[in-house]
Formats: sequence, structure tokens, C-alpha cells
Amino acid sequence: MKDGLVAALAIAGKDLRTELRTKESLTASLSFSLVILVLFSFAFDLGRDELYAISGGLLWLVYSFAGALIVNRSFARELPNDCLDVLVSSPAPGWAICLGKTVAAFLLLVTVELITLPFFGLFYNIAWWHSSGTLFAVILLATWGIAVVGVSFSAVTVNVRLRELMLPVLLYPILIPLLVSAIGVTTALFSEDPQMLSANGVSLQLLIVFDIMYTSLALYMIEFILIV
Amino acid sequence: MRAVAADRVWKYFGDYPALRGASLEVEKGACLALLGRNGAGKTTLLRILANLSKPTKGQVTTPDRRKVGYLGHGIGVYDDLSALENLKLFGRLLGVQNPHSTAIQALERVDLARVKDGLAREFSRGMRQRLAVARAFLHEPELLLLDEPFTSLDDRAVAVLQSLLRDARNNGATIVMSTHQIREAMELASDVALLERGKIVFAGPQSPEMLQDPGWLYRTHGEPQA
Amino acid sequence: MREKLIYTLGILGTLVMVYNLHTIFLDLPDEAMQGAVYRILFIHVPAVINAFTFLAVALCTSVAFLATKKFIYDSISVACIEVATAFMLVNLVTGSIWGRNQWGIWWTWDLRLTSMLICFLLYLGYLLMRPAITEPTQRATMSAFISIFAFADVPLVIMAIRLPNVRTQHPGPVLETGNLAPAFVPPFLLGMLALFLIGSALVLVRLHQETSRREIDSIRRELHAV
Repeated sequence: MKDGLVAALAIAGKDLRTELRTKESLTASLSFSLVILVLFSFAFDLGRDELYAISGGLLWLVYSFAGALIVNRSFARELPNDCLDVLVSSPAPGWAICLGKTVAAFLLLVTVELITLPFFGLFYNIAWWHSSGTLFAVILLATWGIAVVGVSFSAVTVNVRLRELMLPVLLYPILIPLLVSAIGVTTALFSEDPQMLSANGVSLQLLIVFDIMYTSLALYMIEFILIV
Repeated sequence: MRAVAADRVWKYFGDYPALRGASLEVEKGACLALLGRNGAGKTTLLRILANLSKPTKGQVTTPDRRKVGYLGHGIGVYDDLSALENLKLFGRLLGVQNPHSTAIQALERVDLARVKDGLAREFSRGMRQRLAVARAFLHEPELLLLDEPFTSLDDRAVAVLQSLLRDARNNGATIVMSTHQIREAMELASDVALLERGKIVFAGPQSPEMLQDPGWLYRTHGEPQA
Repeated sequence: MREKLIYTLGILGTLVMVYNLHTIFLDLPDEAMQGAVYRILFIHVPAVINAFTFLAVALCTSVAFLATKKFIYDSISVACIEVATAFMLVNLVTGSIWGRNQWGIWWTWDLRLTSMLICFLLYLGYLLMRPAITEPTQRATMSAFISIFAFADVPLVIMAIRLPNVRTQHPGPVLETGNLAPAFVPPFLLGMLALFLIGSALVLVRLHQETSRREIDSIRRELHAV
């Protein structure tokens, strides 16, 4: 168990180090987020109240597109030079590989999200800092869900044709409960509507259930995917 | 005493059997050259022994993964990490006691110490191959599984690999090496096995005939070519 | 034997369906509030109940495949999921027609419709992914994984859409509240039976097709390996 955690940490560190060195998916993800934010501003011409009503949805759409780009790279980066074979044949258990990569993807995605947030506030005039505590809790919980399901599907689709297309097609429907909850809470926080805020507890619970369930499923079942 | 064994191993890809009841036993300290034509199943068998693939039927006995070193077709090093970072990472994954100093020693052994901070993507092909070899031998494995290790190595890398293999043998390690380059393999091998269409059709000690005439084994034990 | 079973199930299912349709159209009166269109519910609801039945079977066989590696389980999974997806589509289309008649709109984002659409998309992804993996063992393993993840999502989807900030105007479940008039119960149950029989026949047909495809694939590989 301890060896597994050491291995997971080493793999997370490796993923982060290579990503920070090349900045491939970070740059792609960040640029894409900003472009989408701008595009949406052309798509909608809304008054104040309407804007607040869709604010959560807007933010989490941007975050999910960014997320798909980042998780896609997760196992894809192991393909050159057959590094995946070395990882799998090493003493590191499958769950350690999955956990390490999930942590790395999580940290990268949270970074992109936190950088995007001020731009979101700027472009749409939304004061996101008013209830930042709950907002960050939602961001962390929902991002973990995206990371864990995304990394698992990255492992599934690593050898599949049209990987970049297949991963989002599989990923987004599964994420819908998570996104619906996150969007609900975020919109409630931005619009500071007391009626909506009272529903937050349930949504956060759903996020936690989602995270726990899929983390357990992913860590338990990843070996089947890695060693066929 | 067996270091590694496969007992009537079948491996199906769909309904197609790549391995059909392959059985192999390798004594501790032996060096086995696994011969066979393309498509015979050498890579499949080695991958199963390396824990990369599960047999559909049959048993496989392998030592603890911490004691196994695998060198497959791909070199298995990260292009965006330096040589030292690569070996430190694998050292940690392999449970090596002191990853940093072990990595430095390994780099010196393969003559890459002066470029230890260079990124693997900047290396020449030969240097990358030497780094891959360093990775496979990093934790002084008791069992080495090498899939066509001499293929596309330059002279320097061949020399380094042969030297490391000799040292490993002197330390009592077991080596299973699949190969086409029969001559290089025969110099090191103590035993030979021939894999034909998923079955081991011959397994035994190396004999003078094999050393003199590499094709002898195929002619004597292999199936006639279509 | 198998063909006889398929024909029996298919013909029986069709007969039950025809009898049921006869009852529905000719014997039952128009419903008080909905007029004639309520009859579509005798297909709409049995479709979704059967869809989820087959999805549950697919879940069990996916788990069974991962446990035993026997391809029959993979074939049953894909057959059940295909039939279930078709039934979900039937449910969506009939629901849409009913909705157009009753609510004046072809589509609305209420609880039931939305969650059904999401489940449909979940398994559509499964069906889209399968052809993209050429190697049968890999395809079966990945499919089993996706199938388990998808099924685990279904309760979460239903919970999520129920969250307070989602409107709903879908009528409540009719069977549980006992609002179904006694005269309507037999056609309803017969509708379920008919679709179950037809669905089972389709599953068996698909199962046979999948098995044949694997055989052909392995024969092709065998030929190429020689």
C-alpha cells in the first residue's frame, strides 16, 4: 500500500514535470477556454438577470471543454516509446498508476480553471469572489470527478482509433450528473438567490457521491484495462 | 530451481490463438535464447512473462515484479525528462533504495554520465538505446526479459548491452531473450528454445551445431515453410 | 435449435403484439382527457421497462466477462445493449409524439425525457466505441468497463435531474399510484411481454452474429499468420 502511494506520487510528479516543461496541454486548454469565453459572449446578448441565470452553465461548459483536452493527454503521453508497457510491468499497482495520473490531471485542470475564472468575471461582469469558499469547494469536487472519469476513459481509449473524438463522446454523458450539480450550485452562488442556495446541500452531496463512486470504480477496475 | 516458467499457456486474441499451450521452464542463472519466426508468438510470450498481458489459459510462474527487468520493442524512456530524471523515476517505481545514486551509477555504466541532465529527446538513437538498457538493468533484476534487444542497436550500444548481460549472468541473473540475431544471442546463451506457431517445439541446452549453423535449429525442429 | 428458439420467440412476440394492438385500437375506449393518443403509452412505457431490463442483463454479463474472460458474455452484453438502445429510442420517439399531441411541443427538458436522453447517449457512446477497437479481447474488456460505468451513472442521472432547479411537467408514474384503470392493465402487461419476447429474439440474433464475426476474424488471422 505504501509502495503504491510512493509510486502514485512519482507518477503524478512525472506527469506534472513533463507537462510544465512542454506546456502542451496547458497552453491548448487555456487558449481554448479563453476563446470559448469570447465566442459565447457573441452567442448571447443578455440582460443582467438572464446572464446570471446562465452564468454557472457557461462557466462549467468552458471547464468541461478544457478538461477534455487535459485528460485526453493523460494516458496518451505514455504511448511514445512504449512507456506504458514499462509502467504496467513495473511493481507499481494499476491503482497507483491511475491515482497518480488522476492527481496530475486534477492539479492541471484546477490551474486552468483558476486562471480562467478572473477572465470569466471580467468578460461577463460577474462578481465570483463573493462566495469564493463554496465556489472553490464546488470547483475542487467537480474537477476531481472530471479528472477521475476522464483519466479512466483516457486509459480505455488510448489505443482506440479517433481517440480525440471518442473520449469526449464517452466522457460527457457520464459527467452530466456532475455538471448539472456543479452548474446548479455555481449559478446559485453567482446570482445569490436564496431559493437556489437552499438546494446547494443536495447538489454538493451528489458531487461527493459521484466522486466517491467513480474513484472507487476506477481504482478497482483499472487493472482490467491496463493488463488485457 | 526454476526462475520463470510457463505451463501450457494459451493466449487468444479473439478466437485466434497466438500461443497454443506453450510450456517453458528456465533454470535460475540460465540464459535462454528464444527463437522463432515472425508471428510465432515470441513477443506475446515475453509480454505475458513480464505481466503485461494475462494468459487466456495456463499458468505462469514469475518472480516478484521488483526483481524483473523488461526491455521491449519500444525504448521505454520519457522524451521530456532528462536521463537522470528518467532513471530516478523508474528507480522509485522499482523500489530501489537510493534512486539518485543508483541512477548516477547506472548512467556511468552505460557511459551516459556526462549527459545526465540532457533531455532524452535530444539524444542520438544510440544514446537513447543505452538509456533504455540502463533502465532495464537499473534495479539489478534477477530475471531479465528482453524482446529482440539487439535489433537496431548501434555498435556501442551492442557492446554495452553484452557487457551488462555478462555481468548479470555472473551475478546469477536469469535471462530470457527473444531474437532474430542468432549469432549475438548464441554467444551468450546457455539454452535455446524454438517457438513455432504458438508452441515450444524445442527447448534445451545450446549445442555446437547451433553455434556453427544458426539455421540448423529451424530446419531440424521447425515446421516446413509454406 | 437456436434458430427454432429465435423463430418461436419472434413469432410469439409478434402474435402477442398484434393481439394487443387489436385490443388497444378496437376494444378500448378513448381516454377521458387525452383522447386517442394515450394508446401510444402501451408501447412507450413497456419500451423503457424492457430497455432497463436488458441493460441490467448487460451489466451482469459485463461483470461476468471481466471475471471469466469468456466471450459469450461480451456477445450477450453488446446484443442486450443494442436492443436496449433501440427500445430507448422507441421510448424517446413515442414520448415525443405523445408530448406533441398533449403539450403542443415535440420536446421539453423535463425530468423523465432528459434522463432518458442521457441514458440513450451513454449507451450510444458504448455502441460507437466498439467498432473503433479492432482487437476482440481489448474490445470486449473496454466495452465491459464502459458498460459498468454507464450503468452506475443511471441512478446519478435520475438524482441529478431531480435537483430543485430543474422543472418537471412529466406526468407521474402511472402504475405505482394505481391510477391505471383496470381495463388498461392487461394490454399494458401484454405489451411488456410482447416487447420482451421480440427483444429476446433480437438479442439472440445479434448474439449469433457476434459469434460468427469472431470466428471469421480468427480464421482471417490464422490465414495471415501462415
